[in-house]
Amino acid sequence: MYFRETGQFKSKYKEELAAFPIFEDKIGIAIAALLAFVLIPIFGLPGLSWDFTMSAVMIPVVIFTITTLGLNILLGFAGQISLGTAAFMGVGAYSCYKIMTIFPDLNALICVVLSGIVTAFVGTIFGLPSLRIKGFYLMVATLAAQFFLEWAFIRIPWLYNYNISGAIEVPYKEMFGIVLTGAKSEPLTRYFVCLGFLVVLTWLASNVIRGRIGRSWMMIRDMDIAAELIGVRPLTAKLSAFAFSSFYIGISGALMVFFWLGAAEVESFDINHSFTYLFMVIIGGLGSITGCYFGAILVWVVPVILKEYGKSVFGIDAFVMENFTTILLGVVMVVILIVEPHGLARIWQIAKQKLRLWPFPY
Amino acid sequence: MDLLTGIFITPFAEMIGLPDLFFQALWDGFVSGTLYGLIALGFVLIFKASGVFNFAQPILVVLAALALISFYKMGVPAWISVVLVLIMFYALAWLIERLILRKLVNTDGNILFMSTVALSFIIIGAAQWIFGGRPSSMIHKELGFPVGSVEWPMFGGGVYFELLDISAAVVAVLLIVCLGLFFSRTKIGRGLRAVADDHQAALSVGISLNQIWVIVWFVAGVVALVTGIFWGARSDVSFALQIIGFKALPVLIIGGFTSVPGAIVGGLMIGIGEKMFEIYWGPLLGSGVEGWFAYFIALGFLLFKPQGLFGDKIIERV
Repeated sequence: MYFRETGQFKSKYKEELAAFPIFEDKIGIAIAALLAFVLIPIFGLPGLSWDFTMSAVMIPVVIFTITTLGLNILLGFAGQISLGTAAFMGVGAYSCYKIMTIFPDLNALICVVLSGIVTAFVGTIFGLPSLRIKGFYLMVATLAAQFFLEWAFIRIPWLYNYNISGAIEVPYKEMFGIVLTGAKSEPLTRYFVCLGFLVVLTWLASNVIRGRIGRSWMMIRDMDIAAELIGVRPLTAKLSAFAFSSFYIGISGALMVFFWLGAAEVESFDINHSFTYLFMVIIGGLGSITGCYFGAILVWVVPVILKEYGKSVFGIDAFVMENFTTILLGVVMVVILIVEPHGLARIWQIAKQKLRLWPFPY
Repeated sequence: MDLLTGIFITPFAEMIGLPDLFFQALWDGFVSGTLYGLIALGFVLIFKASGVFNFAQPILVVLAALALISFYKMGVPAWISVVLVLIMFYALAWLIERLILRKLVNTDGNILFMSTVALSFIIIGAAQWIFGGRPSSMIHKELGFPVGSVEWPMFGGGVYFELLDISAAVVAVLLIVCLGLFFSRTKIGRGLRAVADDHQAALSVGISLNQIWVIVWFVAGVVALVTGIFWGARSDVSFALQIIGFKALPVLIIGGFTSVPGAIVGGLMIGIGEKMFEIYWGPLLGSGVEGWFAYFIALGFLLFKPQGLFGDKIIERV
């Protein structure tokens, strides 16, 4: 007894192609938006302090959803595997920092977008091998990007303005009298900036994927030779996928440092983080935008909340909880791969389908 | 101009000017090359036998080394702890086959790969929980491997050979020869190759897929143990060893994913190449280039010879 589409007639193609053609879907989205924009910022999550909710749960999960969107575009829609995600986030962060120091008067939000564009360029360069190779071979090529960029973040002092600590520190920025970044900024402001980026980027992604470019990515993913034969240029399709995905990842990297961490060293961009993002995509569901949300929430929020409850309610040692959540993540991943390789998004779809017919499935 | 002499003239002048240093670097590169080759060998074995790209191999190396040390610390004699670790790996192979691989028969290679990534998370969590996260030192002395070094005078200087490195190279060669014989001469080895070729055809002639997979994961565990002992002896045993494990990926690219000799040759090329590059060309770029140089060699190979030196040619049919 969920809902049925019965009785909702469409008289125009435009209505049929709308993002949420069904009335109940609109209600669902409205509830989710209400939660994200109003209820959680006011009340926080049950059982957790408001500060903790904002700074350790909500802001990162929003940022990681953007990362997951970016990686999913590359992996789920264009079928090109990448293990350099964390390093590309680093490119976003360091380029945002450089842009802010070179143009001190530029608006922080514009800096973030520009850093996304810089990352798109870098991503395109490291995406070049994808024209000749794919699969595991491409994975090794992106590993080259990961380790080379990590090295560059340490060895090229220009990137962190010859700072002795080797870390990037976030300067003070404001817009319309509201402090955006720096130590004095309110978590609420930073949260809404990230959320704004997420909404705009999700809207952009869903439209690009439905359009010509997105379709060419999916053709390349499904069978590149066949796609080439019917007129998709692999060069433009693959490189645009790398550029688009890196744009998202770069923005999320800039947001991560400037709107969440406040300062960052190269450890925030190491290979283990790349794997975490990969997990988010796979657990959420390859080739699904809703899946990005599910994946980021499951992989980030569940361990954080478990650790917090484990500490405050059951008094379990943080070290034990840390390992327990690592194991849990692996087990969840294996179970999802065995039960439904298309991830939570697919499970969600199946559940919806089942509920439509319930209680008379035949 | 300065840069050009730095690239093309100075390094070679240094090589000729200080030949003992050159040979020392060559030997160091050779030793780390054999060890890279060993890790790559673990990957190749499982890839050949089950078509699974086993991402958990580096973490198996860490697990083997940590388990060996903690058995020893519990008071078990060194060689008996080796046996205990082997038993543990057999149990692990059986569990992996039973709980993960059996359920994923006939799925896409990508999904199998992801499941090994997930497996490595499970092992990391469990190993940290049980053995703790602190680095500890390897018990190679107690296992009877020689310590110390011999100096071989040469060109007015001398080249130092660590006895441990020599024994590592010898053990590696022995292991490779044994594995080669095992694969080509025994019934199980032939079964392994049959499974690698075609699962269904292998099943139809009566080879038990499940048994073969347990065996191959166990063999990979043995390779991991050997690698773990020698890598652990060169540096401390900690989870950082896992990063070294990733170096096996460029080795695989160079050698080919399905070739045992390829793993060794690729390992040597990477080991020697990166040592040379670090010593002679590294200062130009600021040191620490060892971290990524291997991947760039691999990139070069990918562009010109994607199947590697010894790999099967990839033919794609529409």
